[in-house]
Amino acid sequence: MNYVIIGNSVAAVGAIRGIRSVDLEGNITVISRERHIAYGRPLISYLLGGLITEKRMAYLPEDFYENNRVNLLLNSEVVGVETDKKRVRLAAGDAIGYDSLLIATGGDPFVPPIEGMADKEKVFTFTTWDDAAKLKGIAHDIDRVVVIGGGLIGLKAAEGLHLLGKQIAVVELADRVLSSAFDRTAGRIVAKKMKANGIEVLTEETVVRIEGEGGVITGVTLKSGDFVPCDTVIVAIGVRPAAGFLKGSKIEVNRGVVVDDTMETSMKGVFAAGDVAEARDFFSGSKNPLPIWPDAYIQGDIAGCTMAGGEKTYSGGLAMNSIEFFKVSTISMGITNPADPSAYEVLTYQDLENYQYRKIILQGNLLVGAVLVGNVERAGILAGLIREKVDVAPFKDKLLAPDFGFILLPREIRSALFAPMGKVA
Amino acid sequence: MKRIYTLEDVCIGCHLCEVACVTEHSLSKDPVKAFLHEQARPISRCTVEEWDGGVISLSTTCRHCDEPDCLRACISGAIQKNDAGVVRIDTEQCVGCWSCVMACPYGAVQRNLAKKKANKCDLCPDRKNPACVDACPNRALVYKEGSQK
Repeated sequence: MNYVIIGNSVAAVGAIRGIRSVDLEGNITVISRERHIAYGRPLISYLLGGLITEKRMAYLPEDFYENNRVNLLLNSEVVGVETDKKRVRLAAGDAIGYDSLLIATGGDPFVPPIEGMADKEKVFTFTTWDDAAKLKGIAHDIDRVVVIGGGLIGLKAAEGLHLLGKQIAVVELADRVLSSAFDRTAGRIVAKKMKANGIEVLTEETVVRIEGEGGVITGVTLKSGDFVPCDTVIVAIGVRPAAGFLKGSKIEVNRGVVVDDTMETSMKGVFAAGDVAEARDFFSGSKNPLPIWPDAYIQGDIAGCTMAGGEKTYSGGLAMNSIEFFKVSTISMGITNPADPSAYEVLTYQDLENYQYRKIILQGNLLVGAVLVGNVERAGILAGLIREKVDVAPFKDKLLAPDFGFILLPREIRSALFAPMGKVA
Repeated sequence: MKRIYTLEDVCIGCHLCEVACVTEHSLSKDPVKAFLHEQARPISRCTVEEWDGGVISLSTTCRHCDEPDCLRACISGAIQKNDAGVVRIDTEQCVGCWSCVMACPYGAVQRNLAKKKANKCDLCPDRKNPACVDACPNRALVYKEGSQK
């Protein structure tokens, strides 16, 4: 059996372990367009800010590829998949055959055309190790930065640059930062903390033109007409599934590569996992790309296991983020901004002065989402209640308690999780 | 593999499991010295929960899951499962992002805020039985072969 995996981040790692949990013999080839072995991609802001060294970027124990007998091809970009011939074509011209293929190429940063951008030198995206290294390499030449996009990537880039002593302005189209992963209050708390650290946060704004002369940036002009001086621009509007190379392959691509609950695509023997895939949502059942690290691992594991003949199915993608911004811990999970609030019950506790906030979102007797800021202790218990669809009606009023724990749950749940089975000597 | 289980009916909420855990993971391995003099004193990896003034109590700790949610959520690769099945955190590698805290449905990963590192049960690699189990005066903690549940 020849397994080929395109991409080498967390979904690929989940898949390698998934394959090896079933098949110790088959050949695994991993093809990555990057020059690094698997690294903690979300750590690039830590690297940029000088919080960690390059050595700590490595996501895996040194002997991982060897122990799992993985043939690793770095610096190799796949430019096409020929499903009828069961092979992938590389940019260098050669082709590699497969029996079973996993597409785990992740996402590409989305860069819209902005007037004045084309000829400017210091315009960057921020999704790879090399992006961070590039920025770090010219950091001495950066004074003022405009970050376009106030989502997770934009704010982490802003934080990294802030740690290097740069002056930052974040420009966000929505009326608040973190609008997709967090709710209004959490966004406001984070924005408040950013402003307290001297970062400008400009909401309901867009950059209409990047100003400057030749390759040099002097600032940006906003929709409102305001001018923000800067010498560097980071574009962090979002990522899109990196599926462009599948054109003409007959594999169904919507926004991402469409997969079923075993992560198999419309083409038999071809699988997809991680940010490039479009899998079933935990709540709605509809298919969406979900660029979430833990979910990418889970999808990779299911794909790998299935590719090797094992049986595992996806229980649906559950959005989840745990991020610290300027030393404020934030965790969000599930549905945080219900589209139709009347169908949900929302419980909140807030102490904004001390950067503390808890929000619980219920649908009937089920917990469907949570937002925690500040005290995020044992947040995963809530994630478990969501995933297991536990009836929370008996202890609903306790869900906001900062010391929420199993003791407030029915005894059967505690016993099921922690009591020994069988006879205790 | 052997795991730590809890008999909540015989737990009296004495918190000695937590004391033993902190002591075992301290530099001096002496409770008084650790509590009084160690600046970088560890925090407990097991959590005693109490309700109704201690009428109900139980000690909760890591299940060393077969498919650990903490490991899957870890963005730095600091969490790995070894060949014996023990799920451990490499403290050096941990960046304190709390993704494991977000993911663990057993609430078994703690935040050591002083060190900005995640913290979890390692089943006491230097001992025959985990320190919490040996310390429990009521034998409310049981170390035996069993599944993750």
